[in-house]
Formats: sequence, C-alpha cells, structure tokens
Amino acid sequence: MNERIAKLRQQSLEAKPAISAERARLLTEFYRKPGVGGLSYAMQRALAFKHVLENKTICINDGELIVGERGPAPKATPTYPEVCIHSSEDLKKLNDREKTPYAVDAETARIYADEIIPFWTGRSQRERIFSAMTQEWKNAYEAGIFTEFMEQRAPGHTVLDGKIYSKGMLDFKKDIEQSLAGLDFYHDPEAYDKKEELEAMAVCSEALISFAGRYAQKARELAAVERNSARKKELEEISEVCEWVPANAPRNFREALQHYWFIHLGVVTEFNTWDSFNPGRLDQHLLPFYRKGLEDGTLTKESAREFLQAFWVKFNNQPAPPKVGVTAEESSTYTDFALINVGGLKEDGSDAVNELSYLILEVVEEMRILQPSSMVQVSAKGPDKFVLKTLEIIRTGFGQPSVFNTDAIVQELVRQGKSVQDARNGGASGCVEAGAFGKEAYILTGYFNIPKVFEVTLHNGRDPRTGKKIGIETGNPADFKTFDELYNAFENQMRYFVEVKIRGSNVVEALYAKYLPAPFLSILINDCIARGKDYHGGGARYNSNYIQGVGLGTITDILASIKYNVYDKKKFSLEELASALDANFSGFEDMRQIIVNRTPKFGNDDDYADSLMRRVFESYFGAIDGRPTQRGGQYRVNLLPTTVHIYFGKMTGATADGRLAEDPVSEGVSPVQAADRNGPSAVIKSLAKLDHVRTGGTLLNMKFTPQLLDDDTGLIALKDLIRTYFRFMGHHIQFNVISADTLRDAQKNPDKYRDLVVRVAGYSDYFVDCGVDLQNEIISRTEHQEF
Amino acid sequence: MKGRIFDIRRYSIHDGPGIRTTVFFKGCPLHCLWCHNPEGISQAFELMYWPSRCRKSYDCVKACPLKAITKDGKGEIIIDRNLCDLCGECAAACLYEAIQVVGRDMTVDEVLLELKKDQAFFDQSGGGVTFTGGEPFNQPEFLEELIDAVNETGMTIALDTSGFAPAGLFRKIVSKVPIVLYDLKIMDETRHKEFTGVSNRIILENFRSLSGIKTEVWLRVPLIPGANDDDENIKAIIDVAREMGNVRNVGLLPYHWGGMDKAVRLGAASSFRRFEGLTDERYEHIEAAFREAGFEIRKGG
Repeated sequence: MNERIAKLRQQSLEAKPAISAERARLLTEFYRKPGVGGLSYAMQRALAFKHVLENKTICINDGELIVGERGPAPKATPTYPEVCIHSSEDLKKLNDREKTPYAVDAETARIYADEIIPFWTGRSQRERIFSAMTQEWKNAYEAGIFTEFMEQRAPGHTVLDGKIYSKGMLDFKKDIEQSLAGLDFYHDPEAYDKKEELEAMAVCSEALISFAGRYAQKARELAAVERNSARKKELEEISEVCEWVPANAPRNFREALQHYWFIHLGVVTEFNTWDSFNPGRLDQHLLPFYRKGLEDGTLTKESAREFLQAFWVKFNNQPAPPKVGVTAEESSTYTDFALINVGGLKEDGSDAVNELSYLILEVVEEMRILQPSSMVQVSAKGPDKFVLKTLEIIRTGFGQPSVFNTDAIVQELVRQGKSVQDARNGGASGCVEAGAFGKEAYILTGYFNIPKVFEVTLHNGRDPRTGKKIGIETGNPADFKTFDELYNAFENQMRYFVEVKIRGSNVVEALYAKYLPAPFLSILINDCIARGKDYHGGGARYNSNYIQGVGLGTITDILASIKYNVYDKKKFSLEELASALDANFSGFEDMRQIIVNRTPKFGNDDDYADSLMRRVFESYFGAIDGRPTQRGGQYRVNLLPTTVHIYFGKMTGATADGRLAEDPVSEGVSPVQAADRNGPSAVIKSLAKLDHVRTGGTLLNMKFTPQLLDDDTGLIALKDLIRTYFRFMGHHIQFNVISADTLRDAQKNPDKYRDLVVRVAGYSDYFVDCGVDLQNEIISRTEHQEF
Repeated sequence: MKGRIFDIRRYSIHDGPGIRTTVFFKGCPLHCLWCHNPEGISQAFELMYWPSRCRKSYDCVKACPLKAITKDGKGEIIIDRNLCDLCGECAAACLYEAIQVVGRDMTVDEVLLELKKDQAFFDQSGGGVTFTGGEPFNQPEFLEELIDAVNETGMTIALDTSGFAPAGLFRKIVSKVPIVLYDLKIMDETRHKEFTGVSNRIILENFRSLSGIKTEVWLRVPLIPGANDDDENIKAIIDVAREMGNVRNVGLLPYHWGGMDKAVRLGAASSFRRFEGLTDERYEHIEAAFREAGFEIRKGG
C-alpha cells in the first residue's frame, strides 16, 4: 500500500472507540420541538433523520479520498436511545471493561444523565418490547433458552444490490413522487399511510443530499486554506464529487464508492441496524466503472486499488454500536459484520469472477483490518485459481475471507420462493445469512439454545439452574421406556419454546412497524417505494424472519450418548445419567470417560450420530419453517452462533455428551470441540448429511495449523476439500490457520499480539480482544493436523 | 480372507497425488533403525501404552487375567510383555485410552467400506487410496484381493513398498496399480544390512524391473542423518533413479522422532536408534541435488 493508505490505516487502527452523544442529543433536540407528536411516525422519523444530518459534525480526515463519518470523528460511535437507552451504569461499564471498551468522557456521561436518559425513559423501544412480552417469554429469555435481537438494535439485516449505481437520490425521489401520484384514495384503505410513508422517504432522500452538500462545503473550506497544492486539488475534487453524488448516479469508480458510502452513512445514522449493511457484490457493481476508467485513461489499476483501500478504512472507522446486557454477552465485538461478497454468479447464471474480484482479494490481503469483513462466493463454475488465491490469503492466518457456496445459496433462496435471478444477485451477509440483496428484509430474531431445551426436558419443564418451571411438563426420566419416548418429549418441549419465541417476535415486529419505521432504508430496498410501504412493515419484496439454532453438535452428541449408552448398550440408566449431570459429573468420572471416549460423536462420518443430527434438524425445521410473520413473510431457520455459544454454555448445566456445566456449547454446525477425531474429510462428510438447502445459512468452522498449508500440496488439497463440501451442497466453511501454541502465547502476552486476527464465528476479531473463555475455546477447537 | 491392519488414515495428502486414505499393513521384513512406524514391523498384535494419557486408575492392572501388568513402588505401570498374551482386557478396561492393542484383522469388505467413505474427495482431487505399512507385500494374498476389489470401485491405488518381495509376486501385483511409491534407503549393501537388517539386492532388482512399465513410479527417500544422507549415497540413489526413465516424482522425508516416541510406547526403544535431526541446510542441499537431476520434489511425501 502507498504512504497515504498506510497513514490512513494506521490512524484507523490507533483511533480509540468512544461513545458520542451527538446523535442522541440531536435526536432529543428534535423530539422536544413543539408539534412533533402530531406527525405520523414515519414523518417523525424522517424529520429526525434530517435534523441529525443537517446538524451533525462534518469530519474530513487528513489525506482522505473517500469522506464521511457516522460519528463526529473516526470510531466515535453514536447511540440510539429511541431503541435502547444506555444507563449511566452501562456507560461506565463500557468505559471500564477490559475487552472492547468504548471511552465515555465526562461530558458525554453528563449529557446522558441530564438530557438523554430523562427524556427517553418510558419512550424507548426496548421498554415497549419488554413490557409487551409474556411471562412465559421472560422465563425462557432469562433462562437462556433464546435471545432477542431487536431489544436493542433495529431490524436491519439487509445488503444493497446494484441499483444505486444507476440511480441518485434525485432519481429515487422521482420514483417516490411517481408512487405518490399513483395512490388511490378511493379504493386503497392504506392510501393515507402510504402517502405518509412516501413523503417521509422523500424527506430522507433530500436529507442525504444536503448532508453530502455539507461535506462539499467543508472540503471547499479546507481547500481554500490548504497550503499543499496537491492536497488542495484533492479537496477540490472531493468537493466536486460530493456535489454530484449521492444526488445523482455516479459517473466513475471513485464516485461510485463515495456514493455508496454516503448511502451507508444514511442507513447507519437512521438506525443501529442489526447488522451487516454493506455494498454486497462489490466486484460486480464496480466492474463497469473499473473497465470504463481503464479504457478512457481516467483510472489505473493502482488508483483503483488506492480508492478501494481508502474505502476499506472507512468501514474500519465505524465500530459496532455498543450493546448492553445479554446482547453484549452474545456478541461483544467491534465488528459490525459488513461482509463484502466477491465472486459468485451473474444474474444470467454465468461465472461472475472477474479481474476486480482478484483486485479486491489483494486489497483484503494488504489491508488486514477488522472491517469490512470479506467472503468469496465459490460456484461450481468459478475457476480453481480464484479458490487458491483465497486460500493463499487465508493461510496467512488473518481469518478472512470466509468461503461460501454460491450454488447452495441460490438453491436456498429459490426454495424460499425467490426468483432465480434475484437469488443469483444475492449472497451471504452478517455471519453466513443468505439473502436476496436489495430486495429482502431478512431479520435475525434471536438465537435458540437447543441443548438447553433438552436440559429442561430432562427436568420435566424445570430449569435446574434456578429450579424455576419454565417449560411444559413432558415427563420424568423414569417415564421414558424407549429412546423415542424421550425424543418425543424433547421435541414437544422444543415446539413449546419455539411458540413462545415466535409469539414474542411477532409482537416485536409489530412494534417496529408501528413506532419506528425506517423511511431512508425503505428507499433502497425493493419494492418499498412501489408499494408505499416501510421496510419494517412488509415493504420489501421478500420478508424472512430467522431463528438461529445453536448447539447442533452438542445436542447431537447428547442424543447419541443417551441412545447408545442408556438404551442400546444399557451401560447406565437415564436416572443415573440425570444424577451425574446434576452433580456436574463429580463422582461420575468413569461415566464421563465412557461418554467422551467410547460413544459415537457427530463429525466423524458415523451414521449412528449423524442420523440423530438429521433428526434434530427435522424437528427444529418442522417447528419453524414456513410460519407466517407479521410483515407477510415466513419464518426460516439457520444455524450460526456469533459468540452466543459461550453465553448459552454458561446458562446450561452439564450435558450427556460429557460437557461440563458452563462450558461453551458447540458453535455453528461444527462438531463439538475436539469430538471430531477422524480428520477434516470425516467432518465434511458428517456435515454433508445436513440439508443445508433448507436453511438460510450454516456456519462451519475448521482450524488448520499453518504447517498443513505451507506447501502447494496442502493448499490444493484444501481447495479440493472445499470443492467436495460444496458438491455436497455445504453452505459455508471458514478457517483459522494458526497454531495453538501461538494462541497460548498470545493469551499470556497480549501486547505482543495486538495484530493477531482470528476467525471467531462468522467474523474475525482481534484475539486479544476476545474474552478468556472465548480464547480458551478457540484454542481447544480441534486442530486438524495431518496425523 | 482377513488382513492385519494397524491404521487407516483419511485426508492423507502426502502419500501420492490428491486427497487419499492410507491403509497401514502390519508386518515388515525390514527393521530400519529409524523406523517411523515401529508398530508396523511385527505382524503380531502389540500393546501400546501412553504414559501421558494414563491417569493411574489401575483399571488395566485389575483387568489383566495374567497379571502381566503391575504397578511398581512409585505407582508406575509396568508391563511384562513376555507374559502378555494380547487378550485386550486392559485396553477395554482403560477409559482414558492410555493402553491399546495395535492391529486389527479386517476383511476386504471392511477395509473397502472405510475407503469408500472418501471417494468423493478422491474424485475431486485426483486422489485415491494408498497401501503402506509395514510392508503390504508381507500379506500378499490379502493385498491382491484388496487391490482387485478396489479396482472394481474406480478408486485409484498407490502402493507404497520397500520393494522387499519375491520378484514374480512383485511384478504381478505392481501391474495392477497405477502408482508405486518406492522406498530407496541405502545403496551400499553392507550398510543397508547394518541399518535395515536385510540386503538391498532384491530391492534394487525389483526397482529396476519397473523401468519402462506403465505404472508410474514415485521414489521416496527417508533422510536419516548419519545413515543415508551422505553425498555418495544420495548420488547413487539419483543415478539409479535416472536410469529408470519413468521416475519423475521424488518424495524426501526428513527424519523425525515420532517413531522413537512410538517405540517407547511399545516397550521396544532398545531395538531402535535415536538419530540427529536433519538440519535445514542439509535438507536443502539434498533437495537441490535431486532437483538438478531433473526430479520433482515433494517434501514429506
């Protein structure tokens, strides 16, 4: 990278994440204005958005080519009190905590105490949500059966498609006006609501243009006093670019990136969306600008690289909005899951890998920063060269990119009812979630702790951790004469908790649709403008709600252990086992060893265990898939954990697979840590027995020590391992290439390893920023050494 | 027909091309002092004991019907291997997998079932199955039957051998496989005897007999400091390989101490020798010599 980028990168790495009260203050200022309460919710939101963008600090950093910050400075992170209020204690905790702290200065704490907290208390979405939940929901939530994403972040989870590269905000405004003109107040009972929504969208589109205008103005001012003539010229160019985009469609490579970036800032200023908003298929969107620039001489490969790298830094300057409470436990990280997609298929079904795909991979390799995250889409039609290039980056131990199967993604989306073209234009976002980019609201509603449900089953509806009755009565261990009787009880218990979760999610969804519409995001996602409906209210072409199953490996091994040891081999009774679990195996070490070393386990290509994995999947899928949502969409399943497997583990006692109380449950669809003992091909074969196509994403984590990849033989074999997994329609695979010894050393000497990025679960993080439990878990994950 | 196997490893990537499953035959006519798989030498079952896994539960002591396992004054496990009849009661009793019987008699179908599990990986990568040991030729009938059965499935075979086998049998079997991985160690006959226990005459004859045949020959050379890494021996190996015409691939396997660790677990450390590790400089020097002679080098396989 050149000197400019090296400097920008260093600035970004060194900037300390901090809480900024600016957005909260401006929002409060707006809502205090007289007359606001009389406006429709959509218009309130739009005018609040406008007020923030018209008054927030404009920040152009020294040497920048792509401009715009979400907060007043790099890594100054805004808050969203209309969704969730950080209490003074929360702020103190964020400031003081050792891992992933956010600095909170005295002035911020004061503004919060004096203005933000008093005004928003009683008005926040989080309070609305918790007061609307049933006792059953609260019992399950507090016991760690499931989490709820939307209690402190808005239901974002979508990714942009290519439409913005041929449209500016003025063009969108025309579309909005056209939709307004077409409203039928005589026959459409929703016409008035649509009018309010569309007018709110129009306000938002203007607000973004004027925000960019403020950047143009600032750049002009800086240019006027700039002594360095080269920088002066750059600032003048920035000013011109910001005057053109996002009002108009971009005309060249640089404008395309700046255009996207303003739109990105609009989305993340409107809401703290869960999560992952990003440009999606960047190598596809930028290709026409790239080729045209090279052709007419206005761009070189090197200048394109520089713009991309400058763009990368912008993502890294925006840490995730800090979470609180349970949500901070499940996902405490600076990364906000923006996952740039590279490769895949074109809309017509042909191979989409192009010269820009490789350039972007080079940028990823060179930048080595936390955000944005990157992934490659590998289709059967894509070249091996593309996969090998990816693996060359992976083997440097940086944890990126992750590897996805385009053919599985397309099948998954088509099964859900999307057109094949919309599916091919889609990809994966967040951790591993498949989506029809630019056309779908696919909301993650929360994680679901499958092993915990089994624990409650073994205690006839009680949570042994608290003694509280949280589930339904399905029988005591002595009652189950056969494995199938036990399994049926578990399945019934699972259905019960799914009902509780879905009821809660439906209410949460209705609360967002009613109180907190997202008119700016609605401009960007088809067909909100055409339908005159908000993104939160079913305006998107496709609407999906996910419940993310966690602990597939653990529950499979639990069931295999019980079927094998209790019912088939009769080594001990279910009651004896239940006593051992209640004692956390203390005094039952022989039993635990039998379970750990002499029992079939998932991940070894052993049908005994793997068929139970399929059975659990069918039960989980059957309880959820296809259920209607409030927005007119469907509930779907996927299997990914972020870091919630640690939290869920803490909430779950000892399990029949030999896991001790409070240890993490298995993550994603990976086998239980260290339970796979037949090498990587056996893991792949076990995972291939899962019907990935009926999910919206699965996450498989494999850790390789560098030795296995340091020659071409290892690299090519790994490529073929991936290709084979994808022939079996596996959805995703990611690799940690690192030695356990290195990690242990890093744990002891964090200062020596500040730059050590590891793949955690669907994203990468600085190893030294991970909590000690997570660090230990990463270390203990099976190292796939060649024997 | 059953064969005696001591291990089957999936995702082997250094025993021939692509992703492979490697089958280890138990029993070998050679006794190399550096042997990397000492549990492959004896055709009999053997007891392996891992002190590192042992939690001193003494379940093995209680389980042994012949009192071949005892604990000494310090509480350490002592195995009298002369008394032991390999009944396996101790291994069944040990929940920590600290004591195990090495070797398993398997039918052709049982082995085949294991091999077929990764057929998709073989197809994708141009890999297949590798038979090694021990010495596969030590169980000739089983080997031939297994080769015929595997050939039926469309999986491709690489046969890893020391070449120490009767000439007629050797040629017949070799003609049935597409790849032979051929181990050459020491060219001087006296030194060969000294370090491996057998003459290399048959080995070299069989090697030369491969010249010009359809089967692909991959040469494998373990590099053992002080035993065979001298320039003279390396040059002699290069010369004989060049004469062949159909040898292109050479795998160089630097000595490692893993074999010695296993020998200790077998209670057989005294019949092996601990050599020095091969220095990087020495390795590079030898690799360069092979490269200059026009061979393609694979380190470790």
